[in-house]
Amino acid sequence: MATSFTRMMSGRNTAVVLASIGASTLATGYLMTDSGITAQERMKMYPPSADFPDLRKHNNCMAAALTPGIYGRLRDKVTPNNWTLDQCIQTGVDNPGHPFIKTVGMVAGDEESYEVFGELFDPVIKDRHNGYDPRTMKHPTDLDASKITNGMFDDRYVLSSRVRTGRSIRGLSLPPCCSRSERREVERVTVMALAGLKGDLAGRYYSLSSMTEQEQQRLIDDHFLFDKPVSPLLTCAGMARDWPDARGIWHNNEKTFLIWVNEEDHTRVISMEKGGNMKRVFERFCKGLKEVERLIQERGWEFMWNERLGYILTCPSNLGTGLRAGVHVRLPNLSKDARFSKILDNLRLQKRGTGGVDTAATGDTFDISNLDRLGKSEVELVQLVVDGVNYLIECEKRLERGQDIKVPAPLVQFRK
Amino acid sequence: MPFGNTHNALKMNYSAEQEYPDLSQHNNHMAKVLTPEMYANLRDKQTPSGFTVDDVIQTGVDNPGHPFIMTVGCVAGDEETYEVFKELLDPVIEDRHGGYKPTDTHKTDLNPDNLQGGDDLDPNYVLSSRVRTGRSVRGFCLPPHCSRGERRGIESLSIESLSSLDGDLKGKYYALKNMTEEEQQQLIDDHFLFDKPVSPLLLASGMGRDWPDARGIWHNDTKTFLVWVNEEDHLRVISMQKGGNMKEVFTRFCEGLTKIESLFKDKGHEFMWNEHLGYVLTCPSNLGTGLRGGVHVKLPNVSKHEKFGEILKKLRLQKRGTGGVDTAAVGGVFDISNADRLGFSEVELVQMVVDGVKLLVDMEKRLEGGQSIDDIMPDQK
Repeated sequence: MATSFTRMMSGRNTAVVLASIGASTLATGYLMTDSGITAQERMKMYPPSADFPDLRKHNNCMAAALTPGIYGRLRDKVTPNNWTLDQCIQTGVDNPGHPFIKTVGMVAGDEESYEVFGELFDPVIKDRHNGYDPRTMKHPTDLDASKITNGMFDDRYVLSSRVRTGRSIRGLSLPPCCSRSERREVERVTVMALAGLKGDLAGRYYSLSSMTEQEQQRLIDDHFLFDKPVSPLLTCAGMARDWPDARGIWHNNEKTFLIWVNEEDHTRVISMEKGGNMKRVFERFCKGLKEVERLIQERGWEFMWNERLGYILTCPSNLGTGLRAGVHVRLPNLSKDARFSKILDNLRLQKRGTGGVDTAATGDTFDISNLDRLGKSEVELVQLVVDGVNYLIECEKRLERGQDIKVPAPLVQFRK
Repeated sequence: MPFGNTHNALKMNYSAEQEYPDLSQHNNHMAKVLTPEMYANLRDKQTPSGFTVDDVIQTGVDNPGHPFIMTVGCVAGDEETYEVFKELLDPVIEDRHGGYKPTDTHKTDLNPDNLQGGDDLDPNYVLSSRVRTGRSVRGFCLPPHCSRGERRGIESLSIESLSSLDGDLKGKYYALKNMTEEEQQQLIDDHFLFDKPVSPLLLASGMGRDWPDARGIWHNDTKTFLVWVNEEDHLRVISMQKGGNMKEVFTRFCEGLTKIESLFKDKGHEFMWNEHLGYVLTCPSNLGTGLRGGVHVKLPNVSKHEKFGEILKKLRLQKRGTGGVDTAAVGGVFDISNADRLGFSEVELVQMVVDGVKLLVDMEKRLEGGQSIDDIMPDQK
């Protein structure tokens, strides 16, 4: 139900007011104790230099950007929810790095993290998003699927098409930071909104803690079920706390539109189907997202979004659109060509195995998706994938016929 | 510094009922004890360093339970946790430590002369003897909660103090992040090296943060006295050797501990200790003495006896595999140690081990010879 309380919750100014109420409770706590060293005394006893992490063996974006100066200025700051820099960077301290992938190494605890700790987030964002400068640039949002052209792939090559993104509910802290009650509130708000979806989007919610064995097996067979994260990149950030409380999966009856609740983000939204009709996948994606947004707005909630960073998500790598649009595509000849990687690079595409990130390709089938998330709109990124995959299929066909292929010119990075 | 959602201010705008964890699938001491009313009383409290009840219970919420062992399900973030959250921890302690009441006092006795015997356990059966405990340094937060600065402070204090040890206690410190490949291999071969905890019981409490910063191992040159720095506790102190001379192991243990304590005191730091809880450690299961004294002993016949479990219970002993907790026995060799930690002194606990193991070895010899052991069944200690 919309109450004045929930409407109040959606403002950033309100968060500050509420935090100051919380802060005075904490202050009272400090005064009432007569033993032990208080947290404030502790901060004075240990200057930031004593706490600066040892990042000499580290290879992630956070470690590349964090200097003692930045740490010194930010260590004692808190967001309105009392989230600290140490909590943002804990995952990057605990996980020195992937040997091949440069991980991000920090997360946001709430929307305000990106502001309060901007001195560190901004260079990390620039590093990760190919020079996108949050201080000077604006991120375009465009969910008008009608703009997509040539969005139907040759089914003999493309086995399936999928678009995913994430959305966060403004006024509630993010998975690394949220309390159980906040997480349950995310679930409640989301499930209530999804219950309002109709027609081809009508569906059902399965809570992780109360699903039956049969439901669980079916969701596994449909490749829908997500499990407690095991990656230390995620668990060290605190997002697996209280598992499986308030986690669940919603999907429509046709199994083409799926929402994960309270996994790495408040919500992950996925549109998918077999075959190569990326245009229809993206249409459903945009329609579903807009409907869900309308339904939560009716109750006084909104998604976290701003001009600088687009949609706000837990991991800086997912800012902007948070969008990964991709296909499973067979490329037996092209994948053996020495120019394959270069072609992908220039098209701003990445390849993964068909198990997703960190998996190897089986046979000749690849997961091909956009590399970028921030600085280009959803329509631009999906069109980029559409044009890119069509080009790859063309190359595959040419190689099949014994014809030569060309490496395309690199795509332009950002509209300045 | 806070870990997890310690200071999340927004959660106080929700009711206790909305915040109360779902413990319906849980089987640990915390879940047995924490009622919604108790949670409501405790949720807006915190220790002076900022540790909250949610921090205390996070590991118990995240780990519903071990199928065979009743885990504790809560940890302390600092010394004051045991005061501020008494309402929760006293019943957990009572349940875990055999009825130990909030008004009971705990006796500390680290005088090895008070141990009777223990120097003659049959080395044909008793392969090795070991005593371990933990110590926390007063004024610092415990591993679930400490900042990097505090953890490093513990490490430098430990290095300074331990470097003053001499005689057969003289030794060397190996920082986990600096050790060479050769040193690492040697420590593994000696069964000394500890690695980043993998158990979700430990990780969920936050004690694995910043690994391997400020963690290390100190041991004496003769490899019979070993100190772990900043693993599950500030310090874990271990005395061990091959064979059955538990008296010698315990004597070295007491002397080493006493020396370390005075070296810390010289630098103005004492160990966390009080009359009620004895030595204060991270996990409530290790309060009191924090002591586990045990042997690796060959008991292929006794262990197959139908009354084996009952005998151990009467002797107040527990069995583990030779890999430690959660491992299975290999080749009839068991790790036998005291089950208690709190409410008995160090001497009393090691006495139980010594007497109990002696009896078990006698039983083993009898059964080997085809004789019955019915007439030497122990009474409940």
